Amino acid sequence: MADLIDHKRRTRLEPDIFDLPQVRLRGRNVLALVLAPEFPMSDWFAAFDRQHKAAPGFFADRPIVADLRAAIQEGGPEAAALVLDSLGMRNLKLIGVEGVSARVLDGTPWERLATRLHGRDTALEAPDDETPSASDAKPEPPAPTSLLIDRPVRSGQSVVFGEGDVTIVGSVSSGAEVLAGGSIHVYGTLRGRAIAGLKAGVQARIFCHKLEAELLGVDQLYRTAEHWGAGLHGRAVQVLCDRGALRLTAFG
Amino acid sequence: MSQVMVVTSGKGGVGKTTSSASLGAALAQRGQNVVLIDFDVGLRNLDLVMGAERRVVFDFVNVVQGDAKLAQALIRDKRVDTLSLLPASQTRDKDALTEEGVEKVIDELREKFDWIICDSPAGIEKGATLAMRFADIAVVVTNPEVSSVRDSDRIIGMLDAKTRRAEAGERLDKRLLLTRYDPARAARGEMMKVEDVLEILAIPLLGIIAESPDVLTASNMGAPVTLHAPASAPAIAYAEAARRLLGEAVPFTAPGQRAGGGLFSRLFGRKAAAA
Repeated sequence: MADLIDHKRRTRLEPDIFDLPQVRLRGRNVLALVLAPEFPMSDWFAAFDRQHKAAPGFFADRPIVADLRAAIQEGGPEAAALVLDSLGMRNLKLIGVEGVSARVLDGTPWERLATRLHGRDTALEAPDDETPSASDAKPEPPAPTSLLIDRPVRSGQSVVFGEGDVTIVGSVSSGAEVLAGGSIHVYGTLRGRAIAGLKAGVQARIFCHKLEAELLGVDQLYRTAEHWGAGLHGRAVQVLCDRGALRLTAFG
Repeated sequence: MSQVMVVTSGKGGVGKTTSSASLGAALAQRGQNVVLIDFDVGLRNLDLVMGAERRVVFDFVNVVQGDAKLAQALIRDKRVDTLSLLPASQTRDKDALTEEGVEKVIDELREKFDWIICDSPAGIEKGATLAMRFADIAVVVTNPEVSSVRDSDRIIGMLDAKTRRAEAGERLDKRLLLTRYDPARAARGEMMKVEDVLEILAIPLLGIIAESPDVLTASNMGAPVTLHAPASAPAIAYAEAARRLLGEAVPFTAPGQRAGGGLFSRLFGRKAAAA
């Protein structure tokens, strides 16, 4: 679907030709639902209504494309407008049609629908049904909630794991960064940046064998090495949030 | 089995070209068939260091673009006949090289040579990534100095991500070549110590090349230091590094120290951390 970007500012009443902006067109992939009604229409629409009632949220506000090939094949071009009327009555957001030329819709309220669609079929998640099918029976394995890295994190690399803790068996180089939803554990030297608690908030902590970090943060609070000074440099340290402030304490 | 070796660093001016030439010459002197490829298109130096600048007719870009055959572009060294050079173009820039073209040239070179040494340009953009793309082994050249170490660390990260081997899930052999090392300054604390560099970079050590005026002299004479001044300390260090590349276990002796004693033998008696 093309998206016209509007020019934001106009400083003169009569724009100079050299002043006119270049209106840029962008392409965008949008997932639309394709409905292909077929004869006998009463049966098709009855089945559709039942499915719609079972999962009303599924169709709400989704772009719908009507594939009219089957309808026209059996009912001729007149069937196109009738089918579209029936779909329209069900409050579906029709954006285009397939299998019919624009001429057929001329003069009908549906002539504004796009007929030139370039699309490919793609996988769709099934709507929640009252009768779960056999293929739904297998449960998805739970998503991992911790990440283990057993090699050094090199300068310029960025480890981002929003779902939980990150454990690194190795060092984190200067110029590298680790961002975790939970806590960060570095069994090595922490030289770069570490920010914990993106999801877990102030409960998260950062642990390291040797502190040489440039920047540390938990939840929304962060500090640079300049702040915590040289006293903790090179020591095993944990970083936590304590009464609204970032606190670093050495082990042992 | 031919080996493609990339000599890279991230930081500029640390000794990649010097080391490519010296290691290449040392390997060739041990009977290996070696070709050096200059990947620094537009800022070529390898031909100068090898003393071949007046014999360049066709270059790497010509071969990649099909304007010349590989045999026309290769320049055989006059001093060691198992050593050849594929120079870079000086008038073009790195965009003239394509991955497919480079792969084709390297595949052709694999048939004739035991060692294909790719002298990488500085930086992390296309020139450097292309030079490392097809590597079987990487030599990371680093000065014992903070910026060089950080840049080398970055390059090591890229070696683990942007090479064919890394993408295939294989481990790329990476070795550290510490150059321009000054043991006196390191002892005074003015320069990073070897163990500090190794702790940060965590790859096995290939060699330590001491800072020496012999290197610059050789460069200006148009010969790798291993050919120009084979008895000098850097030449010996490069020769030992070449032997390590060939699989020999050569013990490390610190530059400026007597062999067989002291901190370094104790330190390098054990292997440095593997990558």
